Amino acid sequence: MNPIWAHILTLVLVLLVMVTIAAGLIYVERRMLAVWQDRLGPNRVGPFGLLQVMADMIKIFFKEDWIPKFADKRVFVLAPMIVMISILMTFAVIPFTPLISVVNLNIGLLFFLAMSSLGAYSIVLAGWASNNKYSLLGAIRGSAQMLSYEVFMGLSLMGVVVMAGSFNLHDIVMAQNKVWYFIPQIVGFVVFFIAGIAETHRLPFDIPEAESELVAGYHSEYSGMKFGMFFVGEYLGITLISALIVTLYFGGWRGPHFLPPVIWFLIKMFVFILIFILMRASLPRPRYDQLMSYGWKILLPLSLLNLLITGACVLYFK
Amino acid sequence: MNVIFYIASIIAILATIMVITGRNAIHSLLFLIVSLLAIGVVFFTLGAPFMAALEVIIYAGAIMVLFVFVIMMLNLGKAYEKMEESWFSYKAWLGPGILCIILLGELIYVFTVTKGSGRQLTVISPQEVGMTLFGPYILGVELAAMLLMTGIIGAYHIGRRKQKEYHRLLQKEEEPA
Amino acid sequence: MLSNIRSMWLVFLRMFHKRVTVQYPEKKNYLPPRWRGRIVLTRDPDHSERCVACYLCAAACPVDCISLQATEDEKGRRYPEFFRINFSRCIFCGLCEDACPTYAIQLVPDFEMAEYNRQNLVYEKQDLLIDGQGKYHGYNFYKVAGVAVGVKEKGGGDNEDKPVDIKKLIP
Repeated sequence: MNPIWAHILTLVLVLLVMVTIAAGLIYVERRMLAVWQDRLGPNRVGPFGLLQVMADMIKIFFKEDWIPKFADKRVFVLAPMIVMISILMTFAVIPFTPLISVVNLNIGLLFFLAMSSLGAYSIVLAGWASNNKYSLLGAIRGSAQMLSYEVFMGLSLMGVVVMAGSFNLHDIVMAQNKVWYFIPQIVGFVVFFIAGIAETHRLPFDIPEAESELVAGYHSEYSGMKFGMFFVGEYLGITLISALIVTLYFGGWRGPHFLPPVIWFLIKMFVFILIFILMRASLPRPRYDQLMSYGWKILLPLSLLNLLITGACVLYFK
Repeated sequence: MNVIFYIASIIAILATIMVITGRNAIHSLLFLIVSLLAIGVVFFTLGAPFMAALEVIIYAGAIMVLFVFVIMMLNLGKAYEKMEESWFSYKAWLGPGILCIILLGELIYVFTVTKGSGRQLTVISPQEVGMTLFGPYILGVELAAMLLMTGIIGAYHIGRRKQKEYHRLLQKEEEPA
Repeated sequence: MLSNIRSMWLVFLRMFHKRVTVQYPEKKNYLPPRWRGRIVLTRDPDHSERCVACYLCAAACPVDCISLQATEDEKGRRYPEFFRINFSRCIFCGLCEDACPTYAIQLVPDFEMAEYNRQNLVYEKQDLLIDGQGKYHGYNFYKVAGVAVGVKEKGGGDNEDKPVDIKKLIP
């Protein structure tokens, strides 16, 4: 087949699969939350309630897509697009198998950091454009949280980069042929995981959209498909962070040979997605200053120390 | 790559013009972000992917968010837009405008004189950037690090919590201590 | 940190516990016979209406959902001309049942009264009246009441003496 067509096919495939997984997570999350809370969850629409996703989609598509009169219209429309685009762009650099990856970028990890830092705009702009005090408060919290946690996220990743000697995600997976990086990089893994939760502003770090304090935070004024984009964007974020954890710390597509690599990748990814959901089911939300001081006073020194020790070890054993 | 380079440069120029002429502060900032992203693409096409990534992460991703953050907090309304309109008076932009036109002329002159320098594109990998930074330019890196350190210390000093304020009933107990 | 992981583990273990959800339309919970649900109007053992239209239920109702109009038949028996309960207002408190002197108004264990049209929740007398006697079998108000309206002769009721013949001298 023509390589360009193969390339486009991969692109479309990855996009479709990821958006489908993200939409499916709406069902998975509700169901798993219920399972962990002794309930049953959605089980009416279709077999095991699987068509609940379809019902939700139809509902969200046919809702009135209302833009408040007091909102800044252009920015209001722009904000939900940014979240989708910035996250979907990042999937381009993730190697799902040795063969399936959209682009083999030699700055893959930096590309992820760049895109996740652009993701902060969606929150800031959504909150500002809504012209609503709760949204603005959510936006302020969200931007401060994402900016600070990006720092530790980047620093915790540098340990992996030092060990693999490359920003390329393919090379990082290839370098994990002896041992998966979560063993030597356990500190980096923990910091990255926590920063990842804060970055996707999931519970327990969902402070920008804390329902009990800020209505719905930065997306209070959104409805219909624009809200749906934020909603799916959140699940895409979970999928992305899980995929990155798998790629960086859990050997990507590697696994025993009785299953194809892509299956291994998806299995590992879903384990982490489930851990994300489990965290939502079990942990309470910290206070805002607790979140910030936890980040700057514990995670930042920890990730710096991790980077220093990793660098020293790499130099010593070389 | 050439086509992408030109598209990105044109976008960068247009976005920058929009930054200057825009009335709404947030919209101007958004155009500035677009301009920075376009410059990132330009860097990428010129064979500096590391630079491009840093441009997006640091400028577009971190610094501009802070700008947006601050302007959001200022809560500029319609009144401010009116005020800004008054600043676009003939006197205000004439001086800078003339200076800019001179600069533009010089730029065009430089480009026309030194045409066909035969730019050889070599892709510079992150490793090479690191080697250069911590090799010949180590002094600059150290100086920048020191500057950042002073910045952090200064920020800490400014942001340090002032002496604790006590309730008026508790103040007397604390005074002798 | 460790306590967080512990609580996550404990929540994870809930997976293997029994569900508390009841699959409602298929599986219904037991409702006790005295459960206060939909309001009905019961009938006497002899199949005529128990309600004497005394308005006590309407007066007792805290949300004013009962409205009725009293009238009499040719024998002098009081009955409601119309009896209307607006179930979109009713809070199923059971005060009407307490207030009723004739056990006519009773609350039965049924709460499934959803309607698409709110007007359908206004029940008229023919919707409220049931054929049975409800919770109090064999009770007939006019059998124990003093007044005779064709159910019994005067003084012919239960625990009731014959009326004194004031023209007789025998005590």
